[in-house]
Amino acid sequence: MKGFFPVYGKEMYRIFASPIFYVVAFIFLTLAGYFFYYAVASYSLLSFQAGRNPFLAQQLNLSEMVLEPFFGSVGIVLLLMVPLITMGLFAEEKKTGTVELLLTYPISDRGVVLGKYTAALSVLALMLTGTLPAMVVLSVLTTPPWATIFSGYLGLLLMSSAFVSLGVLASSLTQHQIVAAAVTFGALLLLWIIGWAQTMAGPDLGSVLAYLSLLSHFETFTKGVLDSRDILYYGLFVTFSLFATLRVLESRHWRA
Amino acid sequence: MGSHKTREQDRQEGVSAVIEVEQLTKLYGPLPALREVSFRVEQGEIVGFLGPNGAGKTTALRILTCFIPPTSGFARIAGLDCREHPLEVRAKVGYLPENISLYSDMTVRRFLAFAASAKGVPRSSRSAEVERVMERCSIMEVESRIIGHLSKGYRQRLGIAQALLNDPPILIFDEPTIGLDPAQIVEIRSLVKELGGERTIILSSHILPEVSQICQRVLVINRGQIVATDTPANLTSQLRRTQQVRIQVEGPSAEIREEFAALKGVLRVQPGDEPGTYLVETDRHEDLRPELARRVVARGWQLRELRTQEVSLEEIFMELVTEEGPREEMK
Repeated sequence: MKGFFPVYGKEMYRIFASPIFYVVAFIFLTLAGYFFYYAVASYSLLSFQAGRNPFLAQQLNLSEMVLEPFFGSVGIVLLLMVPLITMGLFAEEKKTGTVELLLTYPISDRGVVLGKYTAALSVLALMLTGTLPAMVVLSVLTTPPWATIFSGYLGLLLMSSAFVSLGVLASSLTQHQIVAAAVTFGALLLLWIIGWAQTMAGPDLGSVLAYLSLLSHFETFTKGVLDSRDILYYGLFVTFSLFATLRVLESRHWRA
Repeated sequence: MGSHKTREQDRQEGVSAVIEVEQLTKLYGPLPALREVSFRVEQGEIVGFLGPNGAGKTTALRILTCFIPPTSGFARIAGLDCREHPLEVRAKVGYLPENISLYSDMTVRRFLAFAASAKGVPRSSRSAEVERVMERCSIMEVESRIIGHLSKGYRQRLGIAQALLNDPPILIFDEPTIGLDPAQIVEIRSLVKELGGERTIILSSHILPEVSQICQRVLVINRGQIVATDTPANLTSQLRRTQQVRIQVEGPSAEIREEFAALKGVLRVQPGDEPGTYLVETDRHEDLRPELARRVVARGWQLRELRTQEVSLEEIFMELVTEEGPREEMK
């Protein structure tokens, strides 16, 4: 772990010094704001109609009609934005050659990987924090289900940590940032929708595919359900990706 | 730890080396970048690694800094194997990579603060340490500039500054003056010289005067092998097997050449760089200048100039590097 704090500090500095973060955060917050507005607006429209329709009034549910679609949409936007944050972590250092300096300092590979990973995750946590005012707006309009909000944000954070870990792995594999971003995006999208094949595949393979899906583990959080299996899934996902990254870094010892 | 012949010899001599390299081989695929290279560097020595581009200098230095591992052989720094104790070894070495790339979006001070923390300088003394190296390398005036906007000379000095952080006992500089203008080269050379003393310094270069000016000892490396090791002065005298006399004479050129070539002790007569000049190659120990002058006067030609020409280190270097092939076959 030697080197975690120096690398973390350096990465945070560089992320905030580059325009990528500001552009990505701006787009992310704009889209998240739009999705929130849309969910609230359609909910209030339905509420008006429910005034004349008692049957519809029974169906009104803030969690299902506002929070669930909001968290789902934010998840998709994250899928698009994370590769842009993580693509440079290793690829840029390899391209410019600064990696030679970094890896000849007396710091461990583990410190380097975890430092970079944690820095990117911190940035995503910061971006997620930027959407919290939406929840404040909600609490002004009505009494929101805070437990669902909490579990939804926990789900977003866990999913971000999985996204980022895959992004770090992809970035360590190449010296081209675009390649890293494309690989991250492609792999994440595939893991997101892999559950769709569940119905076509047999029951055994189907359940495996369903378990692998990033989406199915995230949906339970948006419904306000905390399941240890989902938390374990993300934990394993992150551990596997970071472990693989470490191996990739170490491979310079036998590949070169 | 196995016993090695070279170590045994050194123990008899009673010296302790800071850097020991034994039978180091590095293959890139089937291509050898280094072939069974062995050398030792004593504490406080400034050693120059000299060789043409692609000779394996950078590869050897990268192995010493634990950036890449050797295919076979050992590299030990302060008695620690580079493969087994990479973190301890790196803590003892300050490294300036060839054509150093630095984080171009960071300011000089912020970058040095990062490097200091990575090198384990405690937080409390970090800013003092950063200031010390900035002063040492005279980059105080650019401390708040973005590295990407610095000139090549400042960047190189910043590279040396980061190598000096935490005061490592061993400094490894890969081509420290490459791409600099003459004034900057002089500056960097004197800086490197000043840094010597207690510190052990290895620097690589393909420029001879540089090495002969700064270093106490030169390792000439070519095609992955060390072809000569000595002080710059000894290298010159040992390898100078012949001596050249430059003579400028006015007269019929064919006759002049014939006359000189017929002299006893003359090995070869070549035309010089200017019309009317000849380079007479003689044995190292013979001085033929009086005899040459006498002949010219006797034949009634006009003698314009007569002097011995020093064989430069460049020529020796070229000789070592280009004659390597045939000399090997002779063995």
